[in-house]
Amino acid sequence: MIAEAGLAALWLGAMLCALQLVLAVAVLGPSSRNSPSSSTSPSSKRTLGSPAAGAALSSRDPSVRWDDEGVEEVGLARLVQPVAVAQAVLTALAFAALIALFVRVDLSVLLVAENDNSEKPLLYRFAGAWGNHEGSMLMWVTILGLAGAAVALLERRLVPRMLIATLGGQAAIGLGFYAFLLFASNPFARLDPAPPEGRGLNPLLQDPGLAFHPPTLYLGYVGLSVAFSFAIGALVTREVGPAFARAMRPWVLGAWIFLTLGITAGSYWAYYELGWGGWWFWDPVENASLMPWLAATALLHSVTVLATRDGLRAWTIMLAVVAFSMSMVGTFLVRSGILTSVHAFAVDPRRGSFLLALLLIYIGGALALFALRVGTVREGNRFDAVSREGALVVNNLLLTAVLGIVLVGTLYPLIVEAVSGTKLSVGPPYFNAAVGPLALLLVIVMGAGPLMRWRREDVAPLLRRLAPAAALLVAVLVALRLLVPSIGLLPLLGLAVAAGTAVASVAPLWRRNLLRTPLFTWGMVVAHLGIAVALAGMACDSAFTVERLVAASVGQTVTVGPYSVRFAGVDPSFGENYEAMEATLEVRRGQGDPAFLRPQARAYWSPPTETSESAIRTVLDGQLYTVLGKQADDGRWQLRLWWKPFVTLIWFGGALVALGGALALVGRVARDVRARRREAAFA
Amino acid sequence: MKPKNQRLTLALLAVAAIVGAGLLAMSALKEQAAYFYTPSDVMKDHVAPGAAVRLGGMVTKGSLRRAADGVTIDFVVTDGAASVPVRFSGIVPALFREGSGVVADGRFQSGGLFVADTILAKHDERYMPPEIAGAMHKSESLKK
Repeated sequence: MIAEAGLAALWLGAMLCALQLVLAVAVLGPSSRNSPSSSTSPSSKRTLGSPAAGAALSSRDPSVRWDDEGVEEVGLARLVQPVAVAQAVLTALAFAALIALFVRVDLSVLLVAENDNSEKPLLYRFAGAWGNHEGSMLMWVTILGLAGAAVALLERRLVPRMLIATLGGQAAIGLGFYAFLLFASNPFARLDPAPPEGRGLNPLLQDPGLAFHPPTLYLGYVGLSVAFSFAIGALVTREVGPAFARAMRPWVLGAWIFLTLGITAGSYWAYYELGWGGWWFWDPVENASLMPWLAATALLHSVTVLATRDGLRAWTIMLAVVAFSMSMVGTFLVRSGILTSVHAFAVDPRRGSFLLALLLIYIGGALALFALRVGTVREGNRFDAVSREGALVVNNLLLTAVLGIVLVGTLYPLIVEAVSGTKLSVGPPYFNAAVGPLALLLVIVMGAGPLMRWRREDVAPLLRRLAPAAALLVAVLVALRLLVPSIGLLPLLGLAVAAGTAVASVAPLWRRNLLRTPLFTWGMVVAHLGIAVALAGMACDSAFTVERLVAASVGQTVTVGPYSVRFAGVDPSFGENYEAMEATLEVRRGQGDPAFLRPQARAYWSPPTETSESAIRTVLDGQLYTVLGKQADDGRWQLRLWWKPFVTLIWFGGALVALGGALALVGRVARDVRARRREAAFA
Repeated sequence: MKPKNQRLTLALLAVAAIVGAGLLAMSALKEQAAYFYTPSDVMKDHVAPGAAVRLGGMVTKGSLRRAADGVTIDFVVTDGAASVPVRFSGIVPALFREGSGVVADGRFQSGGLFVADTILAKHDERYMPPEIAGAMHKSESLKK
């Protein structure tokens, strides 16, 4: 019953989504019925600068006023918001039904039988609902619906026409994904007869970090879809300006925070779970989340220029389109089965072509609309080349260039294979060589940008402000070169740039009243500092890591970095759905007290899989990372040990970046609320 | 600068940056695109010793030798048409065995021995890395 109810809710949600799109098109003008994204309503030509639009822009009245001149069909317009909310409720119900089926292990449902198992711990039965292709797509649609409802309920800044255009855009995106779910990946399909036991979840995915990793990334992807819908709404209603940018900014910021968290957590997961001791592999699946992040980072900065200085109008719209395109490309890469990886579940050409078609329709449609309307986007304010805006333009160009390089490297093998049938893969040598130098340049610009004034800056005072950071950079460069002659070029530059940029990042707080500094300034400082910290961690890891690989007999002691590791023994150990061999390692640093690490070699029963669980000791200046391998013929055990100085800075930096984003978001939203209250008090 | 000109400059800069990135990417690809090699490719193309590449194929049955240090193994990777000797020190993935597919990251030494830094794990009994499946298929059809 639950499965049928879930499917019914999904169908109803899809119909409401279609209704939402039809309503939006109807409201925005009869002449645009054939395509929502190219609507040219008679009234839209005069909205720009018309008294009504101006009034709606300046008034921050909490209730949207439907009697505005800009909206002709008042009755229909009132319906769009409730429909968006109802649609969200229905898909959320469908998703809840799927989770219930997984928790109850209802094996008469095909998806549950293939991915669930009654011996699995509760957390993974729960998270198993989205640890597979169909479930994760349902989660995607659910988050999309909820985001649409949030826009419908919370968005107070947009003029009504633009809000409706935005919700129409959101419905247009949703409709494609509903179709994909209902026609190509029904999560509620029954299996008859029901098997006695399910296959279970891939043990590599049975990790608390990974259970909540996909939702985090999806919140990011879907947040970018909202930014995309805003951009479509702004183009349709020809309202590209600071008001639109201020409305879009929190959504971009929110999406960016979740993407940052998702990438950071994903990197840490790959690091400790796969037992390879590396933190970034340029795996296409990693790139799939990095590319939207790069685009969202560029968008975040250009939307700030648009919101505060009214510049970079067309460029910001373009970036919103690109950012969502990248999250579509990411979805396509991961979900189409075109890649073979831990994360890529589906191997079904029909689904691949379905997703590819969606990708082409959305990106193509948005670009066509952009090309049609970009001429009507007015000039923004001017600025000098040397200015905060100028630095942000350089930041945007560099980010775009990095994005281009990653995109080319990720898609090139797929395109070559499609065209000529040759299989090849592009690996870390390419990405490191091409991305590394640009990334360093980007970090330098990031440090310098906030020390510049808006609109125009004189070079001499700027150089004085930059002098301390530059001096530190050079000092670190020279000191490292002399003290550690063996250090590679990229780690050397990385550490020096990280030190200089860290100083430059906190410089905007210099001589300010810290308590009265706005929260979003703190946010920027913390986020930029986080980038410098993460860069330092990456450089330290590649420069100073020590590795030992031995076949150890019980009682033997091995040294790695500052640690001595005594192999105390191996014992069998049992978990809820696996058995393991567990090593006991007595680790000691200098004359300190011993600590114990217990890496495991696990064997899961269903599906039968062997994994190795690393054991990691984290201390202030780094991590001791241990992996237990196979038993050699003579009874000795393989042990792999790493001493990784300051490697934790990578993820600590990532967390700081996300924290900075959160501070900025809270600061912006709080200022909005205060402004609205003040206006309400005056009214 | 007039607004029109500034806008044009920005647009040109953007185009230049993207084209530049594309050119940079393509030139880097030219050097590194042949990152993945099958043993047949190794025979056909000259792979510079010391360049980081990825080698894929099947572990030849009966070729696996363990060294006395307990952590180093030697084996031969084949795609049915050609073979390459490989040495690896480390913990092999659980499903690494003779007759199964393998993907190794590493470098060729001047003598033709491939020294692997990493042996990539495959995650399923039935899974074969797509590059290898293709290479096996190709050499199978060549033999016929």
